[in-house]
Amino acid sequence: MVAENVFFYAIAAVMVAASVVVVTNRNVVRSALALIVVFAGVAAQFILLAAEFVAVTQVLVYIGAIMVLMLFGIMLTRSRIGRDEQMTNSHWWAGVVTAALLAGVMGYALIENFGDDPLPNDRQIATVDGSNTSTIGDAIFSQFLIPFEAISVLLLAALIGAIVIARKDR
Amino acid sequence: MDELLLNQFLLLGAILFCTGVYGVIARKNTVLVLMSIELILNAVNINLLAFGAMGNDITGAVFALFVIAVAAAEVGVGLAMVLIIYRNRSSVDLDEIDSMRG
Amino acid sequence: MLDNAWIIPLVPAASFFLILFFGKRLPRKGSEVGIAAVAVAFVLAIATNVQWFDHVEDPPAAHEATAEEAGEGTGHALGGEGELAEATTAGGVEGTGGQGGEVAAAAEEEEHEVPPVQRTWTWFEIGGVDVEAGMLLDGPAAMMLVVVTLVSLLVHVYSTDYVHGDRRYTHFFAFLSLFTASMLGLVMSTSTLQLLVCWELVGLCSFALIGHWWEEKANSDAALKAFITNRVGDVGLIVGVITLYFAAGQTFDIVDINSQALSGDISHLALLVASCSLVAAVMSKSGQFILHTWLPDAMAGPTPVSALIHAATMVVAGVYMVGRLYGVFFEGLSIGVSSVNLLAVVGAVTVLGGAGLAFVQNDIKKVLAYSTVSQLGYMVMALGVGAWTAAFFHLFTHAFFKACLFLGAGSVSHAVHSFDMRKDMGGLRRWMPHTYRTFLIATGALVGIFPLAGFWSKDEILAGASQLGGGGGYTAFMVVGIVGALMTAAYMTRVVYLTFFGEYRGHGHPHESGPRLTVPLWVLAVLGVTAGFANLPAAVGPGDGLDLRFEHFYEPKAPYFPTANFSHPEFSPGIAVTATIVAVLGIGVAYLWYWRGLGPHGITQRNRLARVGRQVLENKYYLDWLYTDVIVGAVKGPVARAAYWVNQHVIDGVVNGAGRGATAVGRFVYTRIDQQVVDGAITGSAAAANSSGQVFRQLTSGKVQQYGALLFGAAALFAGVIIIFV
Repeated sequence: MVAENVFFYAIAAVMVAASVVVVTNRNVVRSALALIVVFAGVAAQFILLAAEFVAVTQVLVYIGAIMVLMLFGIMLTRSRIGRDEQMTNSHWWAGVVTAALLAGVMGYALIENFGDDPLPNDRQIATVDGSNTSTIGDAIFSQFLIPFEAISVLLLAALIGAIVIARKDR
Repeated sequence: MDELLLNQFLLLGAILFCTGVYGVIARKNTVLVLMSIELILNAVNINLLAFGAMGNDITGAVFALFVIAVAAAEVGVGLAMVLIIYRNRSSVDLDEIDSMRG
Repeated sequence: MLDNAWIIPLVPAASFFLILFFGKRLPRKGSEVGIAAVAVAFVLAIATNVQWFDHVEDPPAAHEATAEEAGEGTGHALGGEGELAEATTAGGVEGTGGQGGEVAAAAEEEEHEVPPVQRTWTWFEIGGVDVEAGMLLDGPAAMMLVVVTLVSLLVHVYSTDYVHGDRRYTHFFAFLSLFTASMLGLVMSTSTLQLLVCWELVGLCSFALIGHWWEEKANSDAALKAFITNRVGDVGLIVGVITLYFAAGQTFDIVDINSQALSGDISHLALLVASCSLVAAVMSKSGQFILHTWLPDAMAGPTPVSALIHAATMVVAGVYMVGRLYGVFFEGLSIGVSSVNLLAVVGAVTVLGGAGLAFVQNDIKKVLAYSTVSQLGYMVMALGVGAWTAAFFHLFTHAFFKACLFLGAGSVSHAVHSFDMRKDMGGLRRWMPHTYRTFLIATGALVGIFPLAGFWSKDEILAGASQLGGGGGYTAFMVVGIVGALMTAAYMTRVVYLTFFGEYRGHGHPHESGPRLTVPLWVLAVLGVTAGFANLPAAVGPGDGLDLRFEHFYEPKAPYFPTANFSHPEFSPGIAVTATIVAVLGIGVAYLWYWRGLGPHGITQRNRLARVGRQVLENKYYLDWLYTDVIVGAVKGPVARAAYWVNQHVIDGVVNGAGRGATAVGRFVYTRIDQQVVDGAITGSAAAANSSGQVFRQLTSGKVQQYGALLFGAAALFAGVIIIFV
């Protein structure tokens, strides 16, 4: 228990710091790398929450694919490499206000309602006789079949859409 | 302090979420906005899984997986659009993209 | 028919409306409807009279008073049959009263009573007072029914030729029908209010018909003069009616009022006041001095109108009214017991005044008009001395011969297209034999030559003047009447000479008129000859069954007709002979003057007194000048000046002031309110809209992040609200 707490807080601190770097750094590439740190931290938290499969998927998809895509995007759209951009746009104060407001509201709601509810000690999101993966597989292909199919179609659409959008005009 | 509280994860998610919101609103570069959106989605995932663990329910994980899949799709399409915009305007500065003005 | 005699006025009334709405489309332009209606009314009137004669011979017993008087008669009769009068008086009264048919008509006429046939309907009710309309059919009403319908019928027939091709032919016949209906309504009215209404209606018809050719100003002036002069007298009528209403215990019923007057239920003062006011009405409607001035001017209307309205029927409405309310006058003016009273004086003055004016007229119709005035004076004088039957008998005969004279004048004018005797007529008897002969007969009747109609009626008036009344009788009035007869004879002979004898002074080719003009003339002339025999006095007449028929049938014998101090004049041969001699004298004087040229011709040039006298006559005793220039002028001038002052200062002042005020208000409104407040509000709102728009414009920057910020901010707010309040 204590170990989990320690690990949680350490990783959380790193995550928060990295996320702040994401939104405030002048250098886009540095923001992207910080985002990778955030993703890694998230995966660690997932493991703390006994969701191993999702953690691994997170690493694979997010860090492995999405961040690479992001870096490619950065590369393809940067007209002047190395030049620092301005950090924020003209109405960054609206962002501060909104974020603070949201934080306040959410914080208040969470503390008010979930107070000191502990996570169960024997938390596991898998059934007794199966691992995480098999349970998730069972659930997807039985209970959540339709959302799964929808997601598939969505991915297909996204795939085709991205190609169509980004191809060169004839 | 010998147990993990649910609130810890929820609050963590909340902080990430708010940071992501700030980033969406305040950053000039479109790719950075997309990255902030990813932050938000991750915060949501943390939330989902925390509740899943709390209720001993597999639904949380499944949902989180779907979110990841959707995020991937969205990033793909989003970056395609960013490329187009860049191609047309030679800039991805959101401040300059205001053709919806008026 | 007696009970339904109220239909008779409705027939011409219906024809009025029919002619008004449909006349123009009919083949004869409405005259056929008018003639048919009056003919029907005439037939019904004859039927009514026949039944009335039966009614008089055989009256139903009305009430105890009747029965008591009848009892006497019954007693006599039954006594004659052998029953004890005493024993059977009471039972006989009841029995015969119940049976109602056994009352001996052979008894003294004065003894049995003839109740009138009366039917009333409540017209409307106002303030607790029942205003009734209905029919009161008694002797004078029955007589007038025949006179009015007969003369109206003849005038209708005459008019189809006389106003042929006129611009308002249909209109003329419509008003003739309306007049006939109103006159019939007047003679049968049962309440003073109904009398008043019909009185005004006939005045209206007179106005409309006098002004038939109103395009010429003289005609419309004459119509207005007639109407307004009548109005002056009508004030008297209204005052009289109201006085009688209150004095008689709030009733308008004529029978009631008369009965109360005669039985002493109304104070003498009230009756006197009412009588004097009503005399004013008589003066205006029946052309008595001093309100007679409208009658000669009324000759501006078509001649048939003059014949019907201003000779035979409307002008006698005043006389008729006096005769109807005779109880009031008899008691109010103490006719039976005095030797001078207002009615008689008015009548006498009129007789002489009208006759005097007739001498200086060159217009044939004006002579006849003044003659009418004079004869109306005779009738009113007769009523004033208490000779009721004489007055009505004279009314009866006068209607016929005066209508004949007027229609004859119309026939003459048809031939020579003028009414001026001196300029356009003369020697017409060669070309117009029928007109000449009927005119001559009617003149004789008017003058009073034995045995034509006027002789009998005028003689009865003179006899009444000499015999009736208290304290020596009304002898002065008899003298007046005789002098009037002299003058009548003289001026009528003058007319005859100027029109039918001597050299023809006109320019056209006169010829006799068509049958539609001459047949009515002959009918009236025959009546002028024979009508006098209706009331043959007992001393002259053939016998009981034929004497005094007029009086027998038409004089009312009921509680509402005076009996105390009331008597009938006896035929006096002395007066008859005197009157005839005087009439012949008058004719002779005129004959000598005109045919032989004797006498002081041209005296007015030589003698100043004669000239002044002639001037006075020609200016109609300066009465017209008095009315128009003095009285009306004195009122007109100041009133006009006052009205002008009010107009300039008050009305214009108000208007100008309003204008200035409006301008000032307008200026204020413009500068302050419109420019500053209203425009300020508008520009202010525009500025507000502008500035707020500027503010909100920034929302639509087109920047996605901004929209995102808004979205998230709103969502946060919503969440906060929900969390806090839910």
